[in-house]
Amino acid sequence: MSDTRITLAEARAYDRKRWLWPMGFGIIILVAAATVAGWLSGITVLMFAGPIMVYGIVPLLDFMIGKDSTNPPERVLDVLEDDPFYRYSTYIYVLVQLVLFIAVCVVVGTQPLTIWQWLGFVSTIGMLSGISINTAHELGHKNTAVESWLAKIALAPVAYGHFYVEHNFGHHKRVATPEDPASARLGESFWRFLPRTVIGSARSAWHIEKRRLARKGRPTWSLHNEVLQSWGMTAVLWIGLMAAFGVALLPFLIIQAVLGASLLEAVNYCEHYGLKRQKHDNGRYERCRPEHSWNNDHIVTNIFLFHLQRHSDHHAHPTRRYQSLRHFDEAPELPTGYAGMIVLAYMPWLWYRVMDHRVLAHYDGDIRLANLDPRNRDRLLAQYPPPAT
Amino acid sequence: MKKWQCIVCGFEYDEAEGMPDEGIEPGTKWEDIPDDWTCPDCGAPKDDFEMMEVD
Repeated sequence: MSDTRITLAEARAYDRKRWLWPMGFGIIILVAAATVAGWLSGITVLMFAGPIMVYGIVPLLDFMIGKDSTNPPERVLDVLEDDPFYRYSTYIYVLVQLVLFIAVCVVVGTQPLTIWQWLGFVSTIGMLSGISINTAHELGHKNTAVESWLAKIALAPVAYGHFYVEHNFGHHKRVATPEDPASARLGESFWRFLPRTVIGSARSAWHIEKRRLARKGRPTWSLHNEVLQSWGMTAVLWIGLMAAFGVALLPFLIIQAVLGASLLEAVNYCEHYGLKRQKHDNGRYERCRPEHSWNNDHIVTNIFLFHLQRHSDHHAHPTRRYQSLRHFDEAPELPTGYAGMIVLAYMPWLWYRVMDHRVLAHYDGDIRLANLDPRNRDRLLAQYPPPAT
Repeated sequence: MKKWQCIVCGFEYDEAEGMPDEGIEPGTKWEDIPDDWTCPDCGAPKDDFEMMEVD
């Protein structure tokens, strides 16, 4: 091997976004600062910094700043992967998020607030909790004890710990198939996808743990159950906060968790909408390939979500760290970043107008190849008649 | 004969059984499977498999 220091410097030079990655936690500090400033100054609108940033500023910045589609070359991937700089950004993120969450709980539990101030806090923390599920996702795929634990800690405030189990052993296995609760179907509105994915994912996580524990000869209801472990962490955190700052904190805790989970599921909705792995004659689905995920290279959302939008490479290499994920020319591309797309997802008529023809084009006009919503199957087949064979 | 498990999704490859559907004969050792082979369920590469303990 040649001098590894040169290789590390070289690898780093290939990452054009290198010094932007710490903005992942930088943005949430700015949002929290704006919220607190809004509370102290009485400029209550500032307290809605969370939703304003997610739904307004980030999509706008994506539009203004544009894309980065550069890839690190294959030979530097291993070095880039081992560079601790990137890991530390995610570790710091989790700690910052936890401190902010507890600090806001202290304020909400002990300070007199107007209804608008309360709504400002709950919506901003709800957004931050949603984004922290993404950070937990990055960490939860890694095979180290530190990262597994940080993933679980990040999911505790938002009460979404079962995601850790379901995502790896459920979603990655069934991605882009009709059986996956976390893959949206063509013609399925976000508002119908939301209950299906929330209920389906929780149920799936429970079954996965039940099966795993049964294989090891352990009962489902045991301390080894990772779903129960993570829900237990949420219970301890929430009950502890209520014991310290009053039971009146409960609506705040519940609403921020609902907002956070919905935000994450809105992102999930965009990731595989309408895409489907075809079934072989032997009953197995074809392997997950780049064409089964929607990608996007807009810089701001990618920084914010740790390259989640390089989603095809994520499914091809789920344990690969965010800095090494690559853009594929052949993968389907969304018109803008996930942040802008979720705003569309909330308005199904607009979403269908933007997305359905893209799914159709992806399958060369043969809508039968898409993951069709059974309720809208007949309508879609009539609307986009399949080519005669 | 050993078993290998995908650390991403839990898929198990059993050397004794192989995967005849994919042209991998029963008895094919893990090291003889091509490097570009991927997990049939989730698409993870061979590197993401770990040898399983034999129960």
